Amino acid sequence: MSVQLWTYIFIFLSFGLYIAIAIRSRASSTNDFYVAGGHVPPLANGMATAADWMSAASFISMAGLISFLGRDGTFYLMGWTGGYVLLALLLAPYLRKFGKFTVPDFIGDRYYSQTARLIAVFCAIAVSFVYVCGQMQGAGIVFSRFLEVDITTGVVIGMTIVFFYAVLGGMKGITYTQVAQYCVLIFAFMVPAIFISLLMTDNPIPQFGFGSQLTEAYGGGYLLDRLDGLSTDLGFAVYTEGQKSTQDVFFITAALMFGTAGLPHVIIRFFTVPNVRDARRSAGFALVFIAILYTTAPAVAAFARTNLINTVNNIEYSAVPEWFTTWESTNLIAFEDKNGDGRIQYVGDPVQNELEVNRDIMVLANPEIAGLPNWVVALVAAGGLAAALSTAAGLLLVISTAVSHDLLKRSLMPHITEQQELKYARIAIFVAVLIAGYYGINPPAYVAQVVAFAFGLAAASFFPAIVLGIFQKRMNKEGAIAGMVCGFLFTAGYIIYFKLINPAADNAAGWWFGISPEGIGTLGTIINLTVALTVVRFTKEPPEEIQKLVATIRLPGEAMQHRS
Amino acid sequence: MSESNANSYWKGNLKIVLSLLSVWFFISFVCGILLVDVLDNIRFFGFKLGFWIAQQGSIFVFVVLIFVYINLMDKLDAKFSKSERADISNQEGGVE
Repeated sequence: MSVQLWTYIFIFLSFGLYIAIAIRSRASSTNDFYVAGGHVPPLANGMATAADWMSAASFISMAGLISFLGRDGTFYLMGWTGGYVLLALLLAPYLRKFGKFTVPDFIGDRYYSQTARLIAVFCAIAVSFVYVCGQMQGAGIVFSRFLEVDITTGVVIGMTIVFFYAVLGGMKGITYTQVAQYCVLIFAFMVPAIFISLLMTDNPIPQFGFGSQLTEAYGGGYLLDRLDGLSTDLGFAVYTEGQKSTQDVFFITAALMFGTAGLPHVIIRFFTVPNVRDARRSAGFALVFIAILYTTAPAVAAFARTNLINTVNNIEYSAVPEWFTTWESTNLIAFEDKNGDGRIQYVGDPVQNELEVNRDIMVLANPEIAGLPNWVVALVAAGGLAAALSTAAGLLLVISTAVSHDLLKRSLMPHITEQQELKYARIAIFVAVLIAGYYGINPPAYVAQVVAFAFGLAAASFFPAIVLGIFQKRMNKEGAIAGMVCGFLFTAGYIIYFKLINPAADNAAGWWFGISPEGIGTLGTIINLTVALTVVRFTKEPPEEIQKLVATIRLPGEAMQHRS
Repeated sequence: MSESNANSYWKGNLKIVLSLLSVWFFISFVCGILLVDVLDNIRFFGFKLGFWIAQQGSIFVFVVLIFVYINLMDKLDAKFSKSERADISNQEGGVE
């Protein structure tokens, strides 16, 4: 059977499964719609969190980025997993104890201020929105390559599916589809990785294959030594050595960690478990499920890089394998015969190099490059879609709750009934789906950069405000608001300056202290903390009942307020 | 929970969190970034040690850290729910 037929089968089966789950888990109350009734078992919540978290970027782009970055790719690996340690130790249990629906709920109540609540609503919508556009674009790439439909049709199909289960089931529907999507995406990621690991190193576990010897067919010797050798021979940077400055890697890693811990769509997943103990447990499970993919990704990156160099360098252009031609037609691989010898020279020197490979295709093309069976190649498409759709659904829910709950119910229209609130939540998700779909079809020019925005902004706004709210009893609204505003504006300003206003200065010489815009969220976090802790010394301490609230959050036991 | 119990519970909690976070910082930022070139001189199976910690080892440590945390907090909860029962026998909804 052809790859395309297999792809249709997998996508049809997986989408059918998501819809079946959606029909079974309809939401009947705001409690169901926002937090799945608070009845999600920790193991299921761990899986849902993993799918929620691992987006098109993790599934499609990350291993590819690492295969071109070499050791510097580390900041994605550590940054996007280390954040869970912060989440588990500093946020999840206390926010579950607080026991409301959203992140702006916490900020607004803890800092007894509508202004703080509205700032949080704005940040939550800005961060989630930026992020959801990237997911739609990822879904578009998969559809256009594997189903050979145009991107518009692809995005419309994706949006329809998300719309269906998100509007019908809210968090309840999303949670159980995310569990299914996790299974689909991890299977789709691991099967090709295991195949390739067996093929190249005879070791069925890619995590170990990464540090094993290559088989005779691949020339023997340790994989990484061989890759370092190939890279040196062709004038690329040595794979296992870093190219970026140490302080930049340090700051980017920290920004991704703080950002991960501050992303509202991840935080709200911990509101869905029954109690504090389960919140801790589900953070642990989530990281286990994430680590399965994240420890495989660097192995996949090294396999893919070695394979790519072996397969394409110095071969006759007329004799390239079939996958090369297919990807060429999407413009994601480009060959230009500069010296006119009819062969592909893939080297580090940009003047002589004749091949441009888009990093996003490494995971998708990897099974084809390694010559794996058609069904394995097709599986990757279903996995990529599961990753993109599960994250998109989680983000859309944040946007819809921010509008219906935080903006309408808690701020503008406090007298609406629960049924009306639920109706507004559904309308909000519908509108958000349409807008996200529009940007999926007409992506803004700088999607990749814009995602760096989401992390930097979450790191510089939410993370310090929530941590201080729990660990500093005396933190007051003046401090928190000043901190969030300064952190957010500083980070946004720095990114906008280097990405939009003066891109020419976007290099190590132009940056402050050698920190790239990707890593500036760390400095934003520090500024937020410093400003908050300074302002609090000159303003009056929070009211008695707020200090009592903090004292209650710190203790485990039943969530202190019952939900409406 | 009585105030003194609540205070010592919170102190115990902070101690656990701080010690685990120092391991977190040490493995990721110190070993994985600051000292990575030094550790690269050590060979670990087919890897340079620094490279391995940066790309895989640290993630395994993160997972272990969260499970150690879950365990220590369960113990702390159990300890305080016991002393709590001893202190106030008729209180409702204490530590689970």
